[in-house]
Amino acid sequence: MVNILEVDGVEKKYPGVIANQGVSLHVREGSIHAIIGENGAGKSTLMKILYGLVRPDAGVIKVFDREVSLKSPQDAIALGIGMVHQHFKLADNATVLENVILGSEPSRFGFAIKFEEARKKLVEIAHTYQLDIDPDESISNLGVGERQRVEIAKVLFRGAKILILDEPTAVLVPQEVSELFTNLRELVNKGLTVLFISHKLDEVLAIADEITIMRQGTTVASRKPHDTNKKELAELMVGGELPRPKAGAQNISSKSILTIKGASYSRADGREILRGVNLDLHGGEILGLAGVEGNGQSELIELIMGLMRPSSGTVEVLGLNTVTTPTRDIRNAGVGYIPQDRQRDGLLMSAPLWENRILGHQFSQPMAKGIWVNKGSAAEDSKRVVAEFDVRTPGVNVLASALSGGNQQKFIVGRELSGDPHLIIAAQPTRGVDVGAQAIIWEQLMKARTRGAGILLISADLEELFSLSDRIAVIYGGSIVSILNPSTTTAEDLGLAMTGAISA
Amino acid sequence: MTAKTPEKKRSKAKKFFTSPARITLAIAGLFFIISLVELITGATDITSPGTSGATLRFAIPLLMAGLGGLWAERVGVINIGLEGMMIVGTWTAAWFGYLHGPLVGFAAAAIFGLASGFFHAVLTVKIGIDQAVSGLAINLIAAGGARYLSGIFFPPVGGDRTVSPPVDSFPTFTIPIIAPLLEKIDSQNIFFISNLAGVLHGLTKDLSLVTVALLLLVPLTSWILWRSKFGLRMRFSGENPMAAESLGINVYRIRYIAISISGMMASLGGAYLALVASSVYREGQTAGRGFIGLATVIFGNWRPGGVFAGSMLFGFTDALRVRQSESVMSLVMVAGIVAAILGIYYSIARRWKFAAISIGVAFFGLWINQRVDIIPQEFVTVFPNFTTLIVLTFLAQRLTPPAMAGMPYRRGSE
Amino acid sequence: MTKSRIFWGTLAPVAAILSSLIFVYIILTIRGVNPIDIFAEMVSYGFQPRNLVSELNQTIAYYMAGVAAAIGFKMLLFNIGIDGQYRMGAFFGAVVGAAVNLPPILHVTLIIITAMLAGGLWAAIAGYLKVRRGISEVISNIMLNFIAAAIIAFLLSEDLLGTLPEGSQNLQTRKIPLSGQMPTIKAFNGEIYSFLFVAIAVGIAYWVMLNKTVFGFNLRATGLSFRAARSSGVNAPGMIFITTILSGAIAGLVGIGTLLSDTHSYSMAFPAGYAFTGLALALLGRNHPVGIFFAAFLWSFLERTAPVLEFEGVPPEITIVMQGTIVLSIVVAYELVARVNLRQQQRAVGKVNAEASSLKESQ
Repeated sequence: MVNILEVDGVEKKYPGVIANQGVSLHVREGSIHAIIGENGAGKSTLMKILYGLVRPDAGVIKVFDREVSLKSPQDAIALGIGMVHQHFKLADNATVLENVILGSEPSRFGFAIKFEEARKKLVEIAHTYQLDIDPDESISNLGVGERQRVEIAKVLFRGAKILILDEPTAVLVPQEVSELFTNLRELVNKGLTVLFISHKLDEVLAIADEITIMRQGTTVASRKPHDTNKKELAELMVGGELPRPKAGAQNISSKSILTIKGASYSRADGREILRGVNLDLHGGEILGLAGVEGNGQSELIELIMGLMRPSSGTVEVLGLNTVTTPTRDIRNAGVGYIPQDRQRDGLLMSAPLWENRILGHQFSQPMAKGIWVNKGSAAEDSKRVVAEFDVRTPGVNVLASALSGGNQQKFIVGRELSGDPHLIIAAQPTRGVDVGAQAIIWEQLMKARTRGAGILLISADLEELFSLSDRIAVIYGGSIVSILNPSTTTAEDLGLAMTGAISA
Repeated sequence: MTAKTPEKKRSKAKKFFTSPARITLAIAGLFFIISLVELITGATDITSPGTSGATLRFAIPLLMAGLGGLWAERVGVINIGLEGMMIVGTWTAAWFGYLHGPLVGFAAAAIFGLASGFFHAVLTVKIGIDQAVSGLAINLIAAGGARYLSGIFFPPVGGDRTVSPPVDSFPTFTIPIIAPLLEKIDSQNIFFISNLAGVLHGLTKDLSLVTVALLLLVPLTSWILWRSKFGLRMRFSGENPMAAESLGINVYRIRYIAISISGMMASLGGAYLALVASSVYREGQTAGRGFIGLATVIFGNWRPGGVFAGSMLFGFTDALRVRQSESVMSLVMVAGIVAAILGIYYSIARRWKFAAISIGVAFFGLWINQRVDIIPQEFVTVFPNFTTLIVLTFLAQRLTPPAMAGMPYRRGSE
Repeated sequence: MTKSRIFWGTLAPVAAILSSLIFVYIILTIRGVNPIDIFAEMVSYGFQPRNLVSELNQTIAYYMAGVAAAIGFKMLLFNIGIDGQYRMGAFFGAVVGAAVNLPPILHVTLIIITAMLAGGLWAAIAGYLKVRRGISEVISNIMLNFIAAAIIAFLLSEDLLGTLPEGSQNLQTRKIPLSGQMPTIKAFNGEIYSFLFVAIAVGIAYWVMLNKTVFGFNLRATGLSFRAARSSGVNAPGMIFITTILSGAIAGLVGIGTLLSDTHSYSMAFPAGYAFTGLALALLGRNHPVGIFFAAFLWSFLERTAPVLEFEGVPPEITIVMQGTIVLSIVVAYELVARVNLRQQQRAVGKVNAEASSLKESQ
């Protein structure tokens, strides 16, 4: 078989950052080629280059043995390259058909769309590749898996020969993942080529024909799945062994600091998001919360923080009823909150770091003195956080938006652990950060636990859950379906529980 | 995915609610009530040909401003500068019309309108400044610029340079056979039928070709938005520009074109004010119509047909205000009766909140009818503004504005 | 750090004013007059003591509008409703002031509080619609401006709250008695409104509140990121609502200087257009009280000296165009400066990162 896509010596620099350097990639026609690497290894930049969204500073890209220059997605599409984005690019207010044909509309005189012809073509594609979609359905009515199929149909409609899938499994439940893999196999059988970006080693080993590993902006190696194993891939990814959190001595107190009893929550449109959740968390304990995203985790956090009210049931934090206590008082009582979406919920992006240090602590000493903000102590303590958590910044007057994602996250964790909180809500604390930052964050969380703080750890990273948690609660469809002991549970059991297949 | 079925049902229900048959029925019902009120009160001006003719004349500038707002908001950019662009239209139409005749006036208004829209596009799309700031600045510059240029170009009329010299007017025509027939029916005084004929008669006689041409822009805009390639790309530029961009569509270009057309539409509305509704440019002629155009976009739920309905409604109140303020009292009565009927309907449907509101409105209408002789001019003037606020307050959840309207968007953002 | 901040902060406004001057220069040249002569004449006319006084008095009103807009901007609110709020404030201030008889200081205080309440409550409608109904304050305020004007026009009719003094064509409210008037400071052949001191106090209070207090921090935080503020424990919707009212309350004071020191009654002759002016001044002055003051003075200066143009055969409305172009150039300049600034910071951060990694490699 021939190489359908060849990349050699590609380089891309941003102000202060080298995103790609000396990247080489050889993809055979009709194969599933995986690209793995940890966050910040340069995978996304490479994909953007291949799809014409970003122009490289140097290097050669060959498609079908012909050197090409990709100036825009239009060029990529014309060469038969299609991209399925991690964050779906669909308009809710339009139909599947409209979303699919956008940009390659069959038309009369270049103006009037031939909808019937387009529909026929889409139905044909759906049939050929066994994609289950309805052309006239509105996107707003579709679930995640269906939306992804629309994205794939979009790419096929343009006659793509090479499909790039950017972290396609991040948002899927396990059944949907296996469905997706079936679809991908079908595509390859029909002669297409798939480029599959991921950082999940198990998946890559299961689906790929060949694996290229990226580290620090460059490609470091290529392997065939049957010639390698998880351990080797991991070492290639991080340039050494994957860090593991060190288990500390257990020191669980009898005092319950978070008690949730029969909490339910329904949205304004009547949809029930949480159903009778019962949980309790003790001092010195890390309670992991496992579950596929969108099963009520965000709402549960909002209930605990007093940001929403349950439709029934109670939530008690450090003896306070969160239904009647405003969020500021809950925070003041000693609750740290590491939000899942750090840039939206955790930071004032266009404010300097020292002001960001105040955020969440503005109602009490030492960040406030009565009605006044204490700038001096905010700046001073920001410096402490920067030093203790190894935040890479020239100073505390720098805007939060100027920092990289990992450094932003370290700053948030440092801030939320300041003042020794009794309860810490940590939602995806290490998502999107590099291994170094990950190690620091894990270490600090364990330190807080040893000190006697209770931590609710919400994470999509099963390894993180297994190695940090004292207990793991599994949430599915808005209910806690089981509470597992990590030392006696296998990943497979946990995975099954997360899909609601078993409940204890 | 569990919630899929009820949502589907709801969208079907919505479709029925907005189906053409249903709307026709509602209009007929409303018209029946109006006829009834006219029968009771003896006032006939609501359905007189004069009123419907005036309604159309008042509605066209609002419609054009509304379509202008629609073209811009459909691609995700709010155009607060509609008022200024209308001023551009009034001034250029009058000046070039005075020099070279009304047709050239219209053409000039179209060209300068395009330019003013393009200016808004450069500021908001290319440079990315706040859309409201840009729009307001355009209003200011257009108002100041028009006055400056009037001072230079217009021959003073008794020391006054705020009015242009008069421009030749456009010929008008009356639709043969139909219009006289309607006039005959109108004079028969048959309940309902004559009232209807009166309204239609007003809409078929003394029409300006310009009016017809501009009205055609409503179906044309509809067709472009939902049947054409460019329209599909327009809608995506407003709903999800990232999606459009990822498929190689040049969102900036789409926005440039649509916002320029937005300026042209508003400017043509201004030209209509200067050349058809009157025959001069007069300072302050637009009188906030650009903002009411913005209101019709909301009232019309970002659809050309809705914008048309909104501008007709607002044009109607304008017409009544100018022609015969007493008729407004009859309208209050109509509104009261409609509210009472809705109140009964909601009571039967056991939707008590809506029932209470409707019955409250009905009693309020009754109270006004008993206690007030005449609705003050001021309140009739702001009827469109007030209606828009009410619509927004109670129906905001039902409206479907383009998802990205008013949001800043940079190329290459995630 | 502070030095460069002042540099970057003043660069944009100065560039904006310069570019509009160039714009006007070109227009005047086309008109066939010598721009330099005209500019010189405008300056010498504008700095005559008598004219300075009236410019200062006008500055007070503009300044209030600018501060009202700036409070809104800090919350990402575009308070285009200042027009209606100012009308409500001035009108009800005048009505209440004329209706009561109190000792002097108390009387004036009552009028000021009434004006703030009226402006604030009128703004509260837009605030409610934004917080509870998710309606853009731009649209609702535009509509509310028209409605406020209509309500006042209606209430000013002779059988309600208005009177028509003999020899006047202008409906107005009844006169506020002497105890409810504010003295003027006689200086430079003119009379400066003592309301100036209220304006200065408002400016200082605004700055201290915003930069030094927890309330101000919460306000800014909510403006910067609604969700982050909410997660941090701020009642973010409540903050938006309160800020809207605050902005409206200050807007309610826009016409009070004129009312208490000059006209002593509200009439339809009270000018319109304060909303846009306020927003423009807040932008030009970077939401800083001192910056807004200079911007407000510039605006009054331009308006006062515009008639000079007329003597030269140039329609004075060119100053309106100039104001518009100043606003546009200022926002364009900010946009560009902000981009350059962020890139600089990112580069500085990148350097630290690179140093840290090379340190690690060498170990």
